[in-house]
Parts: sequence; structure tokens; C-alpha cells
Amino acid sequence: MAGVQVANVSRSFGAHKALDDVSIDFADGGFYALLGPSGSGKTTLLRQIAGFDFPDSGRIAIGGESVERVPVEKRRIGMVFQNYALFPNMSVADNVAFGLSVRGEPKATIATEVQRALDLVQLGKLGGRKPHQLSGGQRQRVALARAIVTKPRVLLLDEPLGALDKALRVDMQIELKRIQREIGITTIFVTHDQEEALTMSDRIGILRDGRLVQEGPPEEIYDRPESEFAATFLGDANIFRGNATGSGIKLPDGTTIAASTGASVPAGAKASCAVRPERIRITTGAAKPDPANANMLRGQVSKRIFAGNNSTYFVDRDGQTLKVIVQNTGAERLAEGQPVVLSWSPDSTVLIAAA
Amino acid sequence: MATTRILEGLGRFYIVLLLGFLYLPIIIMAAMSFNASPFYQLPFEWTTDWYQSLWQNDQLIAATWNSIEIAIITTLISTVLGSMASLALYRYEFRGKKVLQALLFPPIAIPWLITGTAMLIFFFGVGIGRGLIAILLGHVALALPYVIVVVSARLQTFAPELEEAARSLGANQWQVTMRVTLPWIMPGVIAGGLFAFAVSFDQFVVSYFLSTPGQTTLPVEIYAAIRKGFTPEINAVSTIIIVVSMALMLLTARFFKFGGEK
Repeated sequence: MAGVQVANVSRSFGAHKALDDVSIDFADGGFYALLGPSGSGKTTLLRQIAGFDFPDSGRIAIGGESVERVPVEKRRIGMVFQNYALFPNMSVADNVAFGLSVRGEPKATIATEVQRALDLVQLGKLGGRKPHQLSGGQRQRVALARAIVTKPRVLLLDEPLGALDKALRVDMQIELKRIQREIGITTIFVTHDQEEALTMSDRIGILRDGRLVQEGPPEEIYDRPESEFAATFLGDANIFRGNATGSGIKLPDGTTIAASTGASVPAGAKASCAVRPERIRITTGAAKPDPANANMLRGQVSKRIFAGNNSTYFVDRDGQTLKVIVQNTGAERLAEGQPVVLSWSPDSTVLIAAA
Repeated sequence: MATTRILEGLGRFYIVLLLGFLYLPIIIMAAMSFNASPFYQLPFEWTTDWYQSLWQNDQLIAATWNSIEIAIITTLISTVLGSMASLALYRYEFRGKKVLQALLFPPIAIPWLITGTAMLIFFFGVGIGRGLIAILLGHVALALPYVIVVVSARLQTFAPELEEAARSLGANQWQVTMRVTLPWIMPGVIAGGLFAFAVSFDQFVVSYFLSTPGQTTLPVEIYAAIRKGFTPEINAVSTIIIVVSMALMLLTARFFKFGGEK
């Protein structure tokens, strides 16, 4: 088991910069998500760490050992592929045994280790089956058992749950997390699903156009996004753009929005503010100024989407549509077209420097 | 519906006609190989004399062994070389790959008469001349494109992640090929081998150009025998060849479902 250090890694394919000076530290035993839209470079980064492809420049170390020119078969990593990539001609047990067998381990050792790995993923009795006789979720578990049976230093997962349906995905998320905790292996997990990244990982790295946009624990990125992209890609956010005042921003129409978290931007410079939809209070009638919710805007409900435990209101305000999520507390619901007052705390407002 | 039944009847009649057209000459030939009269006279009188006299025809037997040996060696060489070539074309990007791939196919379309003439001239030019070695080289060259086409078609259904998965588990290139890739393309390799065997064993034109009296293959020998005067022995040997060839083709169909999953 070991940590992984990626330092200033760049990789181009022709004129396309797939990775542009990416540095990221994966601490020993952590569960990391690499999150980004397609084409953001997250899979390219995973393939550099795995050793399927080598960076043009930069350094990659596993457990302190430089590996950027070491081919995959010598890196002692475990990898789970999006489509599982189980060997169709081999039984489940032979699939899991493959990594030990190419190393020339004795047969008895292989048999014990394979059984242990299959038990860990709760497939102890299916060793004799062929991959095509398994369900999607079971194949996923076999792929995982095969990747960890060799006791790799790092476990790499390339959108491993992408091919499963929603209910099975949630099961596998919990299962994957349990197994990862049990063996304590450093795990790097590529996904484009922000919910998956939020619920599963200790830390998230957000990538965009080959660059690392932000990296940190899920709570930190969610509560204090450093860019409009991070704010809107991980969760939903209302973005206001204007000029910094020193304690917030001033919108073009003169309204000021106070922000007490986020970047410090010199007064006068272009800046934006991000507010999560669930942090905004929505009220009707004349609102009294409230120091706890000092930011206040007037608008008009344009649409309401009811989702059982909550409702999303779309509120039009000066050409901008704002999103507000209100928990279903039994309070009266607002009708479309109704004038409303939106208010929220400066503590819930994140100041972001213009890119 | 009356019309449907008429159409169905017509369809059946057509299939019977087609099968008759394809197989009637062969069936008659096979039947005559067991008929006592050397002049195809009826009534039919059962005999295995022609098969027995075939057994005493040393020239024909020598040619048969030549054909079998050449076909087997051709199969081995072209299957190994062809499969290796297919793997290389599948795995690697290199300069001139497209040109090379394009150049592989025309030999299948070029008339054997022309290929045979060209080989004869070439082999004389480089000092190999005619004979069994020349025939063998010619057959390997003819069979290679078939093997490459068939194995490459099978490789198209191979998921490259399988090789990556094997490598991530620590397998070197040799282990990856032998334990993951080869088992997957095996039906294609076997089918390619059977094609190669058929191309060589059935080959007349190129063999005719490259053989010398005494160093010849079965099809050429049969042709020579017919020119001298027809005997039912030829029926007998042809029947044997047909049975063997059909068995091979059935095997091919069994092993290779043209790119489909096994």
C-alpha cells in the first residue's frame, strides 16, 4: 500500500493538451474521486498513474518510487475497467487467479488467495461460473476481486459503476467503500457522476480541459468552490456576477451582495458570488430586514418543480433565473407568478475571483 | 392461403433443383466409382475394384502424399505467420500500415493463372526453379492473405481492455498473447488454418506451373491422368477428396461463425 504523487504532469495527443501541468497528492489509504466532464482528462490521468501511457513531462511516484517510465505490468497496481474486462475464456476463479498465476505463485497459495478474495466480494460460491453467466453487479465484484487479490499498492477504478442501473449502483457504492476500508488500499476513482464523487470519496479532484480546477474534501469543495465551474459542476449553484466591494460584490444594477467566505478580491475587480439553492429562504409579502439573512432580492416565481421531499422554485429576477430548493415542511406552497423575496446569509455566499 | 402454399411449394421445388444442380454430378461420379463398368454402363454393378487399383497406382499415391504434406506444411507456416501478422496489424501503428493492409487483399483477386506465371518466372530468376519447394512457397503465399483476413476478422471482436487488464495484473507481452488474446482468436486461427489447407490441397493452377514430372501434387496428377485416358480410378480418388474436403469445410463452419461470438 502506498500513496501516489503526481507532479506537474502534462500529456498531449497531437495538438490536444489532454493533461496540462497537473499536480495532485493521493495520501496512503485514501479514497479519491477524479471528477470532470468527458474530455476533461480524468481518464488520461488515471492511465498515466496506471502506466498504460507515459507523460510527456512531470513526475509520478507510487510509494515514493518514481514510476513515470515504468510500464503497467511492473507497477503493481490493480485496475477495474468500466466494462469489467473479465477474460471470457476463463472461469471466475481463473479470472481472479490470473494475476497470481502469471507471477508463478504456487497453486495452493493461489487457491487460498482466490477464495479469500471471492469471499471478500461475497461471491465465494461462484468460482466455477463463466463471466457470461453472471449479472452486471456480480461481474463488477469479480473485476474488483481480480484487481485486489495481487495486493496492489494502488487500486484504480475507471467509471466502475457506469454500466449498472441506479439501485445496483447505490449497493455497489456502499460495497466498494466497505471493501476499500477493510483492506485500507489507496483508491483512485474516475467518475463523471458528482453524486457518486460526493458520497464515496475522502477527497475530490475536479478536472477541466486537462487542468486540475480544485482539490479537497467533498465538503470543502461544495461549501467553498474556488471557481464558477467547481461551484456548478459539483452540485447546483446560483451565480451572481459583478464588481468586488471588499465585503462582497455590487451587481450592475447597484444591488450589493455580501459574502463572508471564499476568495479575497481587491475592490473594483470583476468577481462573482455563488449561493447554493438550499441556502436561500423564500418568503412572500414585505420582508423585514434580518441580519442573519442580510442578502435580499425581489423576484417572481416562474416555475415550481415538486419532488416529494422538496420543491425547486425557479425565480425570475432582473433577467436572471435563480434556483431555490425548499424542504417539504408542510408550509404553504407558492404559486407560479407570485412575487417573492429571496434572502440568505453572507456566510452562505462564496466570493469567487473572475477567471 | 392458397397463394402462400403455392409459393412455398415453388420455393421447395427451387431448393431441390438447386441442390440437384450442385450435387448431382458429384453423386453420379461417386456412384460410378463403385460401378464395375469402366464406361459408365448400366445396370449398376457394385465393385470396389477401382479403389483397389487406386491403391496400386504408385504415381497417384505419391502425388497424394505430396499434396497432403504440402497442405499440412502450408497450413502450419501460413497459420503461424498469418496470425502473427494479424496481431501486429491489430496492435501496432507503424508507417505504411494502411498500404500494407491494402496490398494484402489483391492477391486473392488476381487470377491464379497470372500468379502462377509470375511465380514460375520469379522462382527461375532466383534459382529455386520448379519442384515441391517451389510449390510449397507458392501455396504459402496464396494461403497467407486468407489466414490474415479470417484472423483479423476475429480480432475485430476482441476487446482491447482485455489485454490492458492482463497487463495491469502483471502479465508480460508473451503471457498476454498466449493466455488472453490467443484463446479468444483461436476459432479464427483454426478456421484460417482450414482455409489454408483447402487453398493448398485444392490448388491446381499454380501447382501445375511449378511442378515437374515426379514432383507433383494430386490435382496435377489427376489432370495428367485424364489427358492420357479416363479411368474410373479418377472417380475413386475424386470421391475420397470430396469427402475429405467436405469434412474440412464442415469443421470450418463449426469453428468459425464468421466473426460471431463463440
